[in-house]
Amino acid sequence: MEVILNVNGKPIKVEFTPEEHLLYTLRQNGFTEVKSGCKEGECGACLVLLNGKPVNSCLMFTASVTEEDKLLTVKGIGDLHEPHVIQEAFVDSGAVQCGFCTPGIVLASYALLQENSTPTEEEVKKAMDGNLCRCTGYVKIIEAVQLAAKRLQKK
Amino acid sequence: MNKYTTVGKSEKKVDALSLATGSSMFVDDFALKDGLYCKLVYSPHAYAEILDIDDSKVLAVDGVVDVLHYKNVKQILHTSAGQGFPEPSPYDCLIFDHIMRFVGDRVAMVVAENRKIAHKAAKLLDVKYNILEPLFDPEKAMDLESPKLHDSSHAYPIGAKYVPEKNLAAEVEIGFGDMKKGEKEADFVIDETYNAHYGQHCAIEPHSVKTMYDEMGRLVIISSTQVPFHVRRIVAQACDYPLAKIRVIKPRIGGGFGSKQEVFLEPLAALVTIRHKRPARLVISRAEVFQCSRTRHPIRVRLRTGVKNNGEITFLEMDSLLNSGAYGSHALTVLSNCGSKVLPLFNKIENMHFLGRSVYTNLPVGGAYRGYGATQGYFGLNQHLDILTRKLNLDLPAYIKKYHIQVGETSGVFEALGEGKDGVPQIINSCKLDECIDICIREIDWHSKRDKKITKGDKVRGVGLAVSMQGSAIPLIDMAAAYMKMNEDGSFNLNIGATDIGTGSDTVLSQIAAEALSVPLAKIIPFSSDTDRTPFDVGAYASSTTYLSGRAVKKCALKIKDQILKVAAEMMGSDLEDLYVEASEVFDKKQKKSTSYGDICCYALYTHKQFQIQAEASEIVEQSPPPFMAQAAEVEVDTKTGAVKVLEFISAVDCGQAINPQLAEGQVEGATVNGISYAMTEEYVFSDKGNLLNKGFRSYKISTAADIPKMKTFVVESHESSGPFGAKSVSEIGINGPMPAIANAIYDAIGVRMYEAPFTPEKVYRAMQVQKIE
Repeated sequence: MEVILNVNGKPIKVEFTPEEHLLYTLRQNGFTEVKSGCKEGECGACLVLLNGKPVNSCLMFTASVTEEDKLLTVKGIGDLHEPHVIQEAFVDSGAVQCGFCTPGIVLASYALLQENSTPTEEEVKKAMDGNLCRCTGYVKIIEAVQLAAKRLQKK
Repeated sequence: MNKYTTVGKSEKKVDALSLATGSSMFVDDFALKDGLYCKLVYSPHAYAEILDIDDSKVLAVDGVVDVLHYKNVKQILHTSAGQGFPEPSPYDCLIFDHIMRFVGDRVAMVVAENRKIAHKAAKLLDVKYNILEPLFDPEKAMDLESPKLHDSSHAYPIGAKYVPEKNLAAEVEIGFGDMKKGEKEADFVIDETYNAHYGQHCAIEPHSVKTMYDEMGRLVIISSTQVPFHVRRIVAQACDYPLAKIRVIKPRIGGGFGSKQEVFLEPLAALVTIRHKRPARLVISRAEVFQCSRTRHPIRVRLRTGVKNNGEITFLEMDSLLNSGAYGSHALTVLSNCGSKVLPLFNKIENMHFLGRSVYTNLPVGGAYRGYGATQGYFGLNQHLDILTRKLNLDLPAYIKKYHIQVGETSGVFEALGEGKDGVPQIINSCKLDECIDICIREIDWHSKRDKKITKGDKVRGVGLAVSMQGSAIPLIDMAAAYMKMNEDGSFNLNIGATDIGTGSDTVLSQIAAEALSVPLAKIIPFSSDTDRTPFDVGAYASSTTYLSGRAVKKCALKIKDQILKVAAEMMGSDLEDLYVEASEVFDKKQKKSTSYGDICCYALYTHKQFQIQAEASEIVEQSPPPFMAQAAEVEVDTKTGAVKVLEFISAVDCGQAINPQLAEGQVEGATVNGISYAMTEEYVFSDKGNLLNKGFRSYKISTAADIPKMKTFVVESHESSGPFGAKSVSEIGINGPMPAIANAIYDAIGVRMYEAPFTPEKVYRAMQVQKIE
């Protein structure tokens, strides 16, 4: 099967099989920033934004994504040369250790801050509930999201 | 005040932006052209002999390239423990064996053109088993009538004690003083047994390896490993392949915590590439990580102490029974560390005896895991001290302060108990445990909460304390090396064997180099863990990198500095003794002039008596200075349901000079939450046939952001004179305190002693019923 996926603002033609999950399709097509941690929808490493909403790409069938859908990976919000405020806040707060969960968590933060520009600590924790991190103990991740919120307010 | 310019500063982690923007490459992000997909087939039986394997149906499937198993793979005994050579672990495993020793032991590996074919074809493998009576209870392992899991052809390369007739994978016994005298002097004896349980590391990146031949025909292994140099050596050994033809590359690693010290996948992928001259990919699933990789060794710790009515301990006896599972990976050293990282903390005890035994069972295999035996030992010791002080109505923090090891003191345990051999004597140079305890007491508000049983409805609150120490590298065994060279703009390449698995060691080691050379961090270009391009380092284990590799880096940087000064002296016509360096320049204090590092390098490279300013340095360490830590928990127990909620958790650590305080805090926070999670929810649940029932994050629950309590972390700085710029280790220690601190807090709340975790509502409720009746 074939579909045009709209990833990070660019259309890309991909081939896929009917039972294929979006995680696999994205990684096979070079979007390796989308990580595979458990393939059971529990760790959130494969999280991408589908029309602004966080989804675990390991559970979503590629066949269910249409040309009109907008997919966003962590590279779509900022890169090494022009990082997003959230990505910088993660760096500044020491919220990145091994970094394997980071793309998913950065995107979960992005989705949260789009909806709620001044989240409380509890709201941040709740928004992160679908993302596992074994390195940081989450303390600095929560700080990073709040720092990003503050910086985005000033902008 | 910080006397350093870069050390002691929370510099940004050098790879953080690359990781946060998704640019970094992990093993499975490397594209393989024409790569083969590998799928392991596992034993469904806990103990069985394979009578025959028929792979003809698998091989008949279009797209299947190979099936590897004991009949077609060379049988070379080795250990997958991933330690230095010769290893302190028994050579008790083969790449493929015909004896299956646990559910999840490897039967075969199907190699195919793609994932779909491999998974489908794997189901067609025909295996005939002779199912044997399994052994699950470690307490029964040494019984004569129990099945024997290994035979005398298996043994330690270091010649340590190994008794397969009793399923003994390791035995260690040390003692000093006079136990009989201790018994006599005691007014009473406390004899309690504590069980530390199985645990999974749960690095979010599963174990991954890719192999390929490069354009020169050398075997390249890209691996999610903590020990690239040991991978090279062990692959050469297990695959009988020339070491010189192997290059191991460690890219970014998605967490390890000890699990990726195990070298159990690399030989498999390597064999595929060697056999078929094609790239291979082997990435295991989350379920495979849970069942078939490595775990925290469960240890049953019995502590017997003789106590005088004034609180003095007249003797201490520790009897540790470690369940090694099916293989003996780290069976000896985790066992030893259960004593050696725990017992020296209370060094005033004159009569001491430690007996440790590691036994085989037909259960998942233990391995290195953050804390490495100390976590299991401290679960017992910290509760034991809580019991002791409660019996005598003594204040626990004050008691610990009175009896713990201090600066200038030693413990007989250091010398008696090493890693597979005698230990190394050492005197403590730095210890701020008292300050750490004081912080915990203040922050948790100990004196107004302890023994108060603050109650609201069915819920009762309590507070608990735990202390611990770890080590910094393995003395007289571990070695690390560094190489540096200078560039025209005054920047430096720093090549290190040290292995950053997410800990931040590339950053910390760069900070050490920058400090020694008086340059900003941006002038150091770190490159680590490539067996072709960096010097040797044992790798990321034993809390060694900052202390050991840091010393190698500092030594190397100082050699570079010497060369810089010599060139500068020649350039400026100065006397060497008049020169000093500051902010990337060399100053002559007499002539009041200076020259920049960039000019010095250009002079050396292009102008006169040309040479490359470069140096290498190797280090071993003679001591393993312990970091110290105090941790305190406040819990709320629902007496109706047994549900325990951790309300607040305080950690205060003495890690010497924190090279990067933010990263040091991060290590403590991560270890602490891992420890809380292990204490509260994590558990291996087995069927009566030894099959792990909860091999996924849905059923093996680890902490999420929503689960964590209010947390505070304090880095109490001390100065370890033997460490680079005063540093000790910090990465492991934080996992030791949560389980005993929470157990002690539960007791404070409801007067029920938790000898076994996780502290789930069922376990706590049951303990409430049992202990109230007694």
